[in-house]
Amino acid sequence: MTKKQFRIRFIVFLSVIALLLAGIILAGDTGGEGETVKEVMRDAVLHDSVKVDFFGLRVNPGLISAYTVTGILLVAAVILRIFAVPRFREIPGKLQSVLEMAVGLFDGMAKEKSPHRNRFLSAYIFTAGAYIFVGTLFELLGFQVVSASGLSVSMPAPLADINGAISLGVMSYSVILMGGLIAAGPKGFFTALKDFSLPVSMSFRLFGALLSGALVTELVYYYFALSFVLPVIVGVLFTLIHAVIQAYVLTMLTAQFYGESTEKKPKKAKSKG
Amino acid sequence: MNLPLNIDIRQILLHMLNFVILFGGLYFILYNPVKKFMAKREEKYKTDSENAEKILSEAAFAKEEYEKKLSDADKEIAEKKAAAGKELDEYADRLRKSAQEEASAIVLAAKQQAEAERKEILDSAKKDICDIAAEAAEKIVYKDSKEAYDGFLDGIDGYDGQNN
Repeated sequence: MTKKQFRIRFIVFLSVIALLLAGIILAGDTGGEGETVKEVMRDAVLHDSVKVDFFGLRVNPGLISAYTVTGILLVAAVILRIFAVPRFREIPGKLQSVLEMAVGLFDGMAKEKSPHRNRFLSAYIFTAGAYIFVGTLFELLGFQVVSASGLSVSMPAPLADINGAISLGVMSYSVILMGGLIAAGPKGFFTALKDFSLPVSMSFRLFGALLSGALVTELVYYYFALSFVLPVIVGVLFTLIHAVIQAYVLTMLTAQFYGESTEKKPKKAKSKG
Repeated sequence: MNLPLNIDIRQILLHMLNFVILFGGLYFILYNPVKKFMAKREEKYKTDSENAEKILSEAAFAKEEYEKKLSDADKEIAEKKAAAGKELDEYADRLRKSAQEEASAIVLAAKQQAEAERKEILDSAKKDICDIAAEAAEKIVYKDSKEAYDGFLDGIDGYDGQNN
């Protein structure tokens, strides 16, 4: 071992000791600042205590997040439409590759899962995927909104609000039902209707996944001592991972069930005699 | 109506409205133009590929035709070669025959000429002998014997010199 390597290792060792000591000292403060863990958790799940004013209506902060995410996505889309799309070339650059990959991914998924009727489906799952992905990452930005009671509240992911999750689940189910009705007639409609538990499972899967991430993050931030290194892992990495997973799961399930409901089943030949 | 878990129908509808706005916006502003571009490019590649396949099949056909022509040409060359060989043989035969005929004619003419010359020489020799004999007889008859003898000998010498 050279002297330089020894010095580096020694510095790393001292840094770890210093971090641990800082953690031990800071852990003496239980945090909370007036709110109990129970209250924080309850508020994260139900959003019943903190309301935000939205054109005269008192709504959950998740709804404000939803409109903000939509605004961000639409502004980004307009910028891309004006500056990037007209410069598209046959041999794509980096930005063009990313855009084509995103469109191609959902288009390919729609074609694979629903070979019969997939134009609307591919556009729908593209939007849903973009909304879930960006909406989940949105909570990392930590934008603040002023609640009706005058408090500053960090904006959550739109789908961490149960109303947002239910709306997406119900809309996905409606798309499946309508797709079945249009493509395969009443048979397709009833095929989709048989899976009446689908909107509930879709909604609560989304809500549960997003909420669990939010709860873990809330817990981590509740304790001041845990707010130093750990949020990098639980806050950023977990959010990134479940943004990708939830976007994939909902779009994949929607495409799968849509494909089943729009599938035209061949008529059974009537047996004679 | 109070629903459990703080579920609010109005907020659900507001979320739906938000999603529909997002869907419409993203579809018209971004998704559709990108997909159209991709479809157009795919169509172009498809057309290019079809054209390339067409050109390839044409090239394969042309190659086949060329090979067929080449094979026909080989056949034709072989046939012409055989015909030329045959013609050459015939020409050589003709030449040979004509040369033989010419040679036979030359030999015949030479024989005839030699025969004629031989006959001429013999005739000339006979005539000379007759002349000498006549001269000798004349000398015997008309002069003395010595002179006649010398004269006879001179005559013989002259005859030898003619023959040599």
